Parts: sequence; structure tokens; C-alpha cells
Amino acid sequence: MTSLVIADHDNVSLKDSTLNTVTAAAQLGDVDILIAGSGCAGAAEAAAKVAGVSKVLVADSADYAHPLAEVLAPLVVKLADGYDAILVAATTSGKNFMPRVAALLDMAQISDIISVESADTFKRPIYAGNAIATVQSSDAKKLITVRTTAFPVAAADGGSATIENVETIENPGISSFVSAELSKSERPELTSAKIIISGGRGMGSGENFALVEAVADKLGAAIGASRAAVDAGFVPNDYQVGQTGKIVAPELYIAVGISGAIQHLAGMKDSKVIVAINKDEEAPIFQVADYGLVADLFQALPELEKELS
Amino acid sequence: MKILVPVKRVIDYNVKVRVKADNTGVELANVKMSMNPFDEIAVEEALRIREAGNAEEVLVVSIGPAQAQETLRTALAMGADRAILVKTDEAVEPLAIAKILKAIVDEENPGLVLLGKQAIDNDCNQTGQMLAALLGWPQGTFASEVVLGDGSVNVTREIDGGLETVKLNLPAVVSADLRLNEPRYASLPNIMKAKRKPLDTKEPSDYGVDTARRVTTLKVEEPSKREAGVIVETVEELVTKLRDEAGVI
Repeated sequence: MTSLVIADHDNVSLKDSTLNTVTAAAQLGDVDILIAGSGCAGAAEAAAKVAGVSKVLVADSADYAHPLAEVLAPLVVKLADGYDAILVAATTSGKNFMPRVAALLDMAQISDIISVESADTFKRPIYAGNAIATVQSSDAKKLITVRTTAFPVAAADGGSATIENVETIENPGISSFVSAELSKSERPELTSAKIIISGGRGMGSGENFALVEAVADKLGAAIGASRAAVDAGFVPNDYQVGQTGKIVAPELYIAVGISGAIQHLAGMKDSKVIVAINKDEEAPIFQVADYGLVADLFQALPELEKELS
Repeated sequence: MKILVPVKRVIDYNVKVRVKADNTGVELANVKMSMNPFDEIAVEEALRIREAGNAEEVLVVSIGPAQAQETLRTALAMGADRAILVKTDEAVEPLAIAKILKAIVDEENPGLVLLGKQAIDNDCNQTGQMLAALLGWPQGTFASEVVLGDGSVNVTREIDGGLETVKLNLPAVVSADLRLNEPRYASLPNIMKAKRKPLDTKEPSDYGVDTARRVTTLKVEEPSKREAGVIVETVEELVTKLRDEAGVI
């Protein structure tokens, strides 16, 4: 069978989430990639080099400068013929347009898969990861969003796919992009970082996140936060790790001043090594931590920064 | 303008979910059920739009078992005007839900559909987008701010890198994220009043929708558990272990 992966990219290069999705798609058979963007030749060339990819479809149009679901979904529907499965990473972009594709094709969508069991059977978390369901789809096409942390990245080199331009479709003109406020950071992205240090309500204020930043600088880590810290206004919403924020699985996750609410654990419990620093020894975070340190974070963080120097 | 708010009855978000011993699902017997938290936010937003004078009526709809009536009464007690229960004992998939909602939209002609971005039971995050597709309407998913304009709505969306604002022609579908608002509690007088508000009961067949499942759940299991590790005494010991034992720094 042949799958179409809708790429996550910035027109110049592919996001890692695309490479995770290619790995999931490759378990189903042949893989083609769609790059819908504006001035996206760079991303298309990168996609052609990904190991295991047969063909790269390119839809280059100013309409795809911002991937509005109303514009992207009909394009994917038009290309759906001949594909047995269509996959996209379960990022906010993929989650936004894929169900629109599914409904237009009159097919069910399988959200957030964590494993491919067979051509029609997949595992996915339900109840915020408190249960894992094995589901089987009877639809002719499988429309899938992929939890990227559950699949390793495909090799970005070694492939030599053909690149083919596809006709773009007319913008239905019912929606438009107004503005974006993107967090600017020199640090790695949360979802692809090898090391993450997250702060919770225990940080006490946004200013105190400077302590977390100092340690992150030493480790080359990304910075995350619990929902409590985001709701308290310490840091922007896109820092949030958890069921309703980002799902992460780094090599090392350091939780500082985070009690370990179930919603937070759902977002980070697949990390390879978890460290918890909390002054409350009863905090549930210690039950999932490989290394726990019962300490006042205002002393522990500066010490940690010093130890790492 | 009329606003349609679909709501779902789900396991209360404070309840510890337990997988059934026979792996057919999770334990729902004698478990507290509530309105899906994201849907509660959608109801609140609809009420605020009506209270600001930008809508006349808030209609709430639930597709579920007879007990989903309680969920609708909660929404009515918060301040919604009228309710429709589409009664079914089956677990209906998002696509079929979207088809039933489309039929209700065709009858009721709302100017805006507001709903939660996902239900906290199956975590699908599909219904709003599917409904928008079937109606040919624009969608503003994961909304953290909704500003009505003349014939359009500006929706600020929570996206991976931060926030994005889109302008949608009305009618439109908007799905609520956590930070859109903080829902009100229903007061006792309003809970009493809600009992007399109109609630129609229908069935999926009234809307000509086939609810046969396309995705079958074969098995539901506990996720693999993490074991608690060791407690270290000092920062120095922590760094040593991370370096030498875990090899992650």
C-alpha cells in the first residue's frame, strides 16, 4: 500500500515531526510526501532526500504561506486518490486540518497513533494516556495523525525521491490569516529537544524562571512548564507540557517545582530519564522520577548550574 | 444570531480512570460523570457573546444516553436557553456526531457553532473540524480569544509556536481551548429555573444519520507503568548519577 505524508515544514527545511511521521507511514508501505507551502523548494529538496520516500508532491502557492485548513484540506482531498493512508504529525497544524480532510472524504480519522499493529490496526492513547486503545478501521483509506514521540525519526539522508509539482486549488476565500505571535527563542524546540527543564507553580513568578534558564543554557535544554505555571502567567502558553499542551519524550526531563498532576504526567512520562526537584517529598512527580531531589528549588537550581559549569 | 453549542457527557476530569479487567474499556459504572471541560468553556463563551448583545439565543445539544440530559440541564443552569438531546446508547464516532450536528444546523440556522476542542474521554479532537467541513464553513480551532465583527469573527488560536489569529466569515465553527475563559458556576436559583427550560428529545434516525462504527476498539489496556527511582541527597550526587549512571548529560 502507499501512504501520503503531509509534511510539517518552514518552506526551507522539514520539521523533525515529518521524519517521525515518515517512520510511521513506512510501516504501512510506500511513502510519498506532500509539501504545501509558499516558496517551498528548499523543503521539497529536503523531503526528496529522506530515506524511504518515493515521491515528493509540491504545491507551491501564496495561498499556502499560512496553512489554513479551509485551503489545505481540499488540496489533500484532491490528491487522496491512489493513496491507502494519509498521515500527518499530531501537531496543532495536523490536528487542525486532518479531520476536515476525513469528513470531506467521508472517512473516520484515527487520532494520535502510538503504534502501527497492521495495515488497519493501530494503538492510540485515550483518557489522557491513562489507557491505551487498540483500534481497527474498516474505512477504505486510513486517515491518521501521529504522536511523533512514539516513532523515531527517519534518516534525513539517503533517499532520492522524484519531485513533482501538483496543481494548487482555488482558495475558497472564507478565512484569512491575520497575524501570529510566535515565541522567539534560541533554544531547541520543546518537541524535538534532547533535554527539557520545566518549571511549575513552585517557581513562584515569571522572573524566577531565570533560574531555570540558567540551567537550560548549561545543558542546551528547551524550557517547558506545567499548566499551573502557564495559567499563573509565569510563561507563555506554548511552554506547556501535558495533556492539553505539548507531548514530549526527551532523553532527560527535569521537573522543577512541579507536583506532577496527571495532566502533566500525560505529557512527559515517556521521557527516557526523569528528574524531579521538589521540596514536597509527597509530590506525585517522585513516583515517576528516576532521580528525585527533595530540596528548595531556589537553592537547588543555582547549585545545579554551578555543578554543570 | 443564534449560537449552537454541542456538549458531551464524559467521565469527570478528577476521576482516576481505571481500565476494566476484561480489557473492553474503562470502568464507567458508579463513576462521576460531568460535562466535558472544554465544552463548558464553549458554553461560557456563547453566554458571554449573548450577554454582550451579539446573540439572541444559545442552543445546547448533546448526543448520548438519557443521562446526557443532566449535562444539558447543567448548560441550561449556566444560562443556555434551550436544549436538544439526541438519544443513543451507542458510542457514536466523531464523523457521525458531525453529521447529526450538521442536520441540526440545517434546521436551526445558527450563525456560530462553539464547541470544545476535544472530549477528554476519547481525546479525538475531530468533531468541530468535521462539522465545519460538512457545512463548508470556516473553522477556528483551539481558540483562546473570540472577537465578533461585522459578518466575521476573529479567532486567536493556540498553536505550537505561540498564537495565531485568523479571520473567519460567518457562519463559522469555533473550538474552545483551555484559556478562552473560566466558566461560571450555576447558582441554585438558576439550577431550579433550568428544570423548566425547553429540552427536546430526538434520535439519530430523526436526522437520517447512520451511526454504524467504522473504527472498532479491539482492546483497552493500562499504559506501561514507570517505577519510582531513587532519591538523591544532594545536587552533586544528582549530577554524578546523570553523568555516570544514566549517561544523559
